[in-house]
Amino acid sequence: MSARTSEIASYNFAYLDEQTKRMIRRAILKGIAIPGYQVPFASREMPMPYGWGTGGVQITASIIGRDDVLKVIDQGADDTTNAVSIRAFFARVAGVAVTTETAKATIIQTRHRIPEHPLGEGQVLVYQVPIPEPLRYLEPRETETRKMHALEEYGLMHVKLYEDIARHGHIATTYAYPVKVEGRYVMDPSPTPKFDNPKMHMSPALQLFGAGREKRIYALPPYTRVVSLDFEDHPFEVQRFEQPCALCGARNVYLDEVILDDRGGRMFVCSDTDYCEKRRDEGGVAANPFEPDEAAT
Amino acid sequence: MNDDLPLLRVSSLSKSYGSRIGCADVTFDLWPGEVLAVVGESGSGKTTLLNCLSTRLMPTSGTASYRMRDGTFRELYRMSEAERRFLMRTDWGFVHQNPADGLRMNVSAGANVGERLMAVGDRHYGRIRATAIDWLGRVEIGADRIDDEPRAFSGGMRQRLQIARNLVTGPRLVFMDEPTGGLDVSVQARLLDLLRGLVSDLGLAAIVVTHDLAVARLLSQRMMVMKDGRVVETGLTDRVLDDPREPYTQLLVSSILQV
Repeated sequence: MSARTSEIASYNFAYLDEQTKRMIRRAILKGIAIPGYQVPFASREMPMPYGWGTGGVQITASIIGRDDVLKVIDQGADDTTNAVSIRAFFARVAGVAVTTETAKATIIQTRHRIPEHPLGEGQVLVYQVPIPEPLRYLEPRETETRKMHALEEYGLMHVKLYEDIARHGHIATTYAYPVKVEGRYVMDPSPTPKFDNPKMHMSPALQLFGAGREKRIYALPPYTRVVSLDFEDHPFEVQRFEQPCALCGARNVYLDEVILDDRGGRMFVCSDTDYCEKRRDEGGVAANPFEPDEAAT
Repeated sequence: MNDDLPLLRVSSLSKSYGSRIGCADVTFDLWPGEVLAVVGESGSGKTTLLNCLSTRLMPTSGTASYRMRDGTFRELYRMSEAERRFLMRTDWGFVHQNPADGLRMNVSAGANVGERLMAVGDRHYGRIRATAIDWLGRVEIGADRIDDEPRAFSGGMRQRLQIARNLVTGPRLVFMDEPTGGLDVSVQARLLDLLRGLVSDLGLAAIVVTHDLAVARLLSQRMMVMKDGRVVETGLTDRVLDDPREPYTQLLVSSILQV
């Protein structure tokens, strides 16, 4: 560095310094070794506020290489503020190729969706997580929740689902729906809609979860069993939509409601913008490659 | 089940907080189906003793062994934390003086009762709910209150809910810390009636800590009087109250206000 003192401000590749990346990679490796376990890590200040994906950005920065192709989605869309700025951030500090195409990406950073196009081996899905602790709603003490994870005391998780059924007649949790990983740890899948829970099960892609404010990293290695919690007489179900996407006609995909005017006009369109555009380019007739009914829960 | 053996054997149990004594050299046996009252004034070490016995506190010295359902005695303070916590939510109950300490105040009454069932692996909503309704009925809480939060309950109802929550897994031993403290007398009387009925119906063993001698008289068969962390007198409840031998017990009994 001494020879280049004239450069006043320069970033290390992918913004974080190498020591920090090593620390984060260690946490990631531990997380992969213990699927679903929340590994504490020394979360850094990032040039964005907490809640905007600082955990996901730190993971991406630690695993990205010069040959990687990055895709960033926010609620399934490639073109919303959070996605655009994080993509631009990495294009600038790492100089990597970016894409909006799910199939071409090697790393996909996501806020709350899993792309409709099936992920393959070698791909990494990085989740931004606001609250990593699934038990937090009922047990505010961190000392106690850690003990509950250690001793596998998960009765409380079902208390939450019980409350749902008692109040609404069915399990009304539609996002951040708790899952059990490899029959051991109960995990919060981040606020993804429960529609995406079956896609986590036995996924060929590596899934990494980063919570910057809460300083936790956890992971699902490829081909990990991920089971959504439920009751025998109230089994887990995903959301169903009555009509297909208004733009591309896709069924069995997750739809967003779009308000068109102030007179009640609305339409339902794919939340995954890349998937929707692809289908429209191909004439809107491509069969949906992902059938939720086939995925075991 | 062999009833010739005690359920709980406590031997020279002591707990000190630095140089101060919590309780010292407490030895007794508790038999299945027996209700033991621990009485004494504030600061006499009753609650410390109860917390040690229920493994919420670790004693400084002494032992306590508990006869498990399979008949074997296990040394409580040598069990792993996982085993102790499992015991706490299956074979034991703990009724706190303040119901807010023993209940989850932000979930419904039904979920409060059902939590222990779910903790031991029941995954059938209909069955859990039916059991919860049954237990609410047994503690005289209407089935229409099952989806209300305990916040909406009166003090007496909360205490009854706490009792139902503890008894739902059919424990064999229940610890009670001033179960009627803070309730007015008519509510207290009904709660005592209820407790007496449940204890005799279910054949529960219980250790009841109270400073109220009338509560001890109604609930317990045997009594331990504590002062300054030590047991000063022990015996059948009626004998201790009608014919107290130790000067301190005599003082305690004669201090009861007459109406």
